[in-house]
Amino acid sequence: MAALTPNPYAYDAGDAVLGGNHTYGSLTDKISRPVLDPTIRPGWALGILISGSVAGLLFVTIIYLVFTGIGIWGNNQPIGWAFDITNFVWWIGIGHAGTLISAILLLFKQEWRTSINRFAEAMTIFAVACAGLFPLLHTGRPWLAYWMLPYPNTMWMWPQFRSPLMWDVFAVSTYASVSFLFWYTGLIPDLATLRDQAKKIWTKRIYGLMSFGWRGSAMHWQRYETAYLLLAGLSTPLVLSVHSVVSFDFAVSVVPGWHVTIFPPYFVAGAIFSGFAMVLTLAIPIRKWYGMEDFITNRHLDNMAKVMLATGLIVAFGYAMEAFISFYSGNTYEVYMIKNRMTGPYWWSYWCLLLCNILIPQLLWIPGIRRSAGWLFFLSIVVNIGMWLERFVIIVTSLHRDFLPSSWSMFTPTFWDFSMYFGTIGFFFFNMLMFIKVLPMISAFEMRELLSKKLRHGHYGGGHHGGGGHTAPSPATSGAPAHGPVGTEPAGGAL
Amino acid sequence: MSHAATTSSVYAVLAEFENPTELLDAANKTREAGFHGLEAYTPFPVHGLTEALGHPRTKLPWLVFVGGLTGTCTGFFMQLWMQTLDYPVNIGGRPTDWGSLPSWIVVMFECTVLFAAFTAVFGMLALNGLPKPYHPVFEAKNFAEASRSRFFLSIESTDPHFDVAKAEAHLQALSPRSVSVVSTEQDSA
Repeated sequence: MAALTPNPYAYDAGDAVLGGNHTYGSLTDKISRPVLDPTIRPGWALGILISGSVAGLLFVTIIYLVFTGIGIWGNNQPIGWAFDITNFVWWIGIGHAGTLISAILLLFKQEWRTSINRFAEAMTIFAVACAGLFPLLHTGRPWLAYWMLPYPNTMWMWPQFRSPLMWDVFAVSTYASVSFLFWYTGLIPDLATLRDQAKKIWTKRIYGLMSFGWRGSAMHWQRYETAYLLLAGLSTPLVLSVHSVVSFDFAVSVVPGWHVTIFPPYFVAGAIFSGFAMVLTLAIPIRKWYGMEDFITNRHLDNMAKVMLATGLIVAFGYAMEAFISFYSGNTYEVYMIKNRMTGPYWWSYWCLLLCNILIPQLLWIPGIRRSAGWLFFLSIVVNIGMWLERFVIIVTSLHRDFLPSSWSMFTPTFWDFSMYFGTIGFFFFNMLMFIKVLPMISAFEMRELLSKKLRHGHYGGGHHGGGGHTAPSPATSGAPAHGPVGTEPAGGAL
Repeated sequence: MSHAATTSSVYAVLAEFENPTELLDAANKTREAGFHGLEAYTPFPVHGLTEALGHPRTKLPWLVFVGGLTGTCTGFFMQLWMQTLDYPVNIGGRPTDWGSLPSWIVVMFECTVLFAAFTAVFGMLALNGLPKPYHPVFEAKNFAEASRSRFFLSIESTDPHFDVAKAEAHLQALSPRSVSVVSTEQDSA
């Protein structure tokens, strides 16, 4: 199946989901190495330094905000929500891709999810943590945020459950807890591996505690797999509901530009769109710097690009419908809203939005682009920016000119709006870098499962023509086998 | 792993294999030979293994279903009590009685997922008896590889007809990489 002139962008059955010539041992070691290797890579240290400093900016912003108030931002009347909710929706949307990869692709038996699901879930948790800061802090009196919870109180009052803002409280808290549980449960067997492979006593003890004493017993695995599948089945409707509820924050209101029935599916598709963009932004450098190209292959890049293209088209349809229905409705306010978006003071954000989210992603139709790490990285950044602009356009342009012209105003972001936003980006990357150092970034036990399927069926995505079964135990070969050329006999399960 | 251990102080006899196919084969043969108290330790879940060992299917899905149902009822009765019975508030003329049910669905759904997910995870851990940082089988020879690249079959002393010599002999006949006897006494750490 090899072409006469090798084409690096060629997609054939040779694009395996798992490349190289691995054994269970070599695969495990490769995944555990960034964690157990005590040497600190200078690139990682630099990343920590930079992202840590930016996260420090976030910390300072939060303190100033809590002491002084929302006035340090550019929010005003009528633009009561601006960067704060834009950033909230942006981060929550990014988080959804992690759950989609872990849960939904598991249910669809898409094996290519295996090497990306661990750090995609970690991405979800850190993204939701960043997102959660905004609704908490934008309340103005965040120390009273517990008032949103239904607890018996001295005021004899209960929360207003008919409000999407309350639904948000339940949806986002559930999403944060369940995502964390799903991620941690997936980690338990890998933490046991780290416990067993670690050399230093305190490393062993800490991973030992974190892994709860996991020993890989068959009955335990059966219950574990059951729980994992059930969590996937629960997380799938959960992720769909969470972003729908977030969209209800707008759709349930009466503001033109917000009161749009297409919002729930449009927001969910947009979340997956921006989430996959962020996964690509993370996966492409990680696979390069940690040498994980055997695990995150061209096939993964191709598939993720396809998901981005598909969801991008749904989002494009959403924009088209918004514009069409606004004009078609004939309602003065709706018609003005869309005209204002296109030609008013924020016209540049609307047209940048269409450029970033509709026009440029059409490049993904080209197979060469989908399999090029460089192009995908560029496109993922463009989509991240575009999706931020989408929420900005929805929130700020709808609010700044709604029903009553005498209330119209403009929004100008302040330094603290930017510092909070970029601060959360720094915080996010800081967390991701810490995660890479202390936890296995790829799900080792699921990769071993994938390898066992590959060894058993002889071919897997076609790249290797191994024997139909396993080789008999051979005298132990020392060390891990080198990554041999495609087509060499995989060395069974022997070390 | 002293072979001189008496049957009463032995926890299990373990055999080490190099791939899941051999393990499955061995497990089937051992079960057919009439051994009970079988267990296996693998670095990833192996399909068909629990059946080969003679273990029943887990009851966890039922627990999760009950958990989810509890969540739905909690969400429903919480909102019913708070919005309809205890302190109904007129908000934009919306119904304060059962007519408000559509707006309650979201919170009911989220509570369902929350309770079900917690039941799944904590139920799984509880049924597995975890956390349990120490277990006799960790003393077995080369057991650190059970979480990396080796597959262990174990005949435990919970078998009513357990006999160390017989178990060892049977396992040796399956040509594993190694056989070890695990005692119940904890070595001084």
